[in-house]
Amino acid sequence: MSTQDTKSLWADAFSRLIRDRWALISLVIVIVYAGIAVLATIGWGLPDWKTSQASEYLPPSAQFWLGTDLFGRDVFAKVIHGTKIAMSVGLVTSLIAIPIGVFIGAIAGYFGGWIDDIISWFITTFSSIPNIMLLISITLIMGKGLVSVYLALGITGWVGLARLIRGEVMKHKEREYVHAASAIGGGHFRKLFIHILPNVTHLVIINTSLQFQTAIKSEVILSYLGLGVQGEPSWGTMIDDARQELARGVWWQLAGATFAMFLVVLAFNLLGDALRDSLDPKLKGK
Amino acid sequence: MTTYIIRRLLYMIPVIFGVSFIIFVLFNVVAGDPAPLLLGKHATAQQIHDLREQLGLNKPLFAQYMDVVKSAFTFDFGRSWATRQDIIEMIRQGAWPSLTLTIPAFMISTVLSILLSLVVAFYRGKGIDLTIRFLCIAGQSISSVAYILFFQYFFAYKLGWFEISGYEPEFPMFLSYVALPGIIWIVLSLGPDVRFFRTVILDEIYQDYVRTARAKGLGEITVLLKHVLRNAMIPIITYVVIQIPFLILGALLLESFFSIPGLGGITLNALNSSDFPVIKAMAVLSSIAYILFSLLTDVLYTLADPRVKLK
Repeated sequence: MSTQDTKSLWADAFSRLIRDRWALISLVIVIVYAGIAVLATIGWGLPDWKTSQASEYLPPSAQFWLGTDLFGRDVFAKVIHGTKIAMSVGLVTSLIAIPIGVFIGAIAGYFGGWIDDIISWFITTFSSIPNIMLLISITLIMGKGLVSVYLALGITGWVGLARLIRGEVMKHKEREYVHAASAIGGGHFRKLFIHILPNVTHLVIINTSLQFQTAIKSEVILSYLGLGVQGEPSWGTMIDDARQELARGVWWQLAGATFAMFLVVLAFNLLGDALRDSLDPKLKGK
Repeated sequence: MTTYIIRRLLYMIPVIFGVSFIIFVLFNVVAGDPAPLLLGKHATAQQIHDLREQLGLNKPLFAQYMDVVKSAFTFDFGRSWATRQDIIEMIRQGAWPSLTLTIPAFMISTVLSILLSLVVAFYRGKGIDLTIRFLCIAGQSISSVAYILFFQYFFAYKLGWFEISGYEPEFPMFLSYVALPGIIWIVLSLGPDVRFFRTVILDEIYQDYVRTARAKGLGEITVLLKHVLRNAMIPIITYVVIQIPFLILGALLLESFFSIPGLGGITLNALNSSDFPVIKAMAVLSSIAYILFSLLTDVLYTLADPRVKLK
């Protein structure tokens, strides 16, 4: 019985999601970006960004849609390749932050008592340090580059989700279905991971879409601070380059990277809202 | 109430110990030895040893941790490695420029967002609501760095309406320097603020008491201002007050783009010169500010809503 119900809940949520035109468009945009990122990773079928093809700072033309940069490289190709960094920063930081957030929040909410006291203290402590200070400190200490960007954003990203999951698990653990699970002899592990967690999955999905856009936006800030990705085009370093370029009237690198980022962050934003509407059981039928 | 505040103040102690621990782990355990970095390539072993002694890095780890904890309670952060200045003095000097930028911008953006969200809530579901909501989401999707670059280039460089960068601490003069970064701050805050306040207000608008207020013949505007806004105050207060510590930290990016010598600028300079004590001090201070203001939020609840009893 329960499998049937779970399935219909997800199917129902999905059908509500794609009925929303904007959500559908956003989903397509995200999938296209992900596809480009995969192509850039395996290095197949995308324009070449590495070689200098023309003189420096050519304005946009039919040949170079977004002009060229300081080294005569095709800016459009750089924007396309930047997708790889952006999407991978979103993905890897989600893979770090979300398991930590779910695990810590679930344990605190489920067990309560002194375990909750300690974890709540840890969460309060962690969230007391402003995010930007933690980001700066971690990247400064780990050194420049992609790995420290991943780590810094991953380590700082779990706090909000842990809080949410903790609150939600607390509510669920007193529900009848959990008592029923105890009655048939289910242990803590079984009750928490098999019964309760699937009921808070919607929070995880919504949070992933949030984590992606936060990560993509933070990558730009870290790049501006000189802590970002080296040796590969990223939207952050391209926007950072524009500091020197704008006064010379070179706007295309800034415009290209900003627009590419705008589109995918907007898509994640709209998708996040739509997911919240379609997955939140409280809003069902409204 | 008093016992509650005292209890919360006491709870600050373990949190400050925790914050100090995270900062200690980052800078004293994970980070490499700063002495060779500070002395350059040609330092002798003796010089490195002396410097480590001087910086307190030869102490046992526990003693180093206690140094961080002590600094959180005494506000004595020692001297900057880069400028040799007393850190708390640097922070005192940086506070004024930061606050002249962030406080007016913060107040204007908060009032403006609440007004806008009331307008949006009034026209909920109509064209204005949808347009403003979309603009907020779209505005939030653009990188803050791109905003700053574009505004600085266009309004200050191209049109010459504002100073491109710099700062003067005297009263009327600083306005011309903080105006443009202030405007950018407001533009950046409007999106998230309006979206949040709108949700909060709409949560209230379908409550029974609102129906009662309408039923007794009150106009929609009176209902919004007198009933809905009042009841929406708790989440609004939380949201607003908890941002104040970040005003103290300063607008990191804005200050650095516009060369305003505030706390954000100090932090970034410290970042560029690997000036650990300054970054540690800023992290400790901003965390303490955060803890104090979250206590303040809880106390303000009782003023906004008499039903909330603090135990």
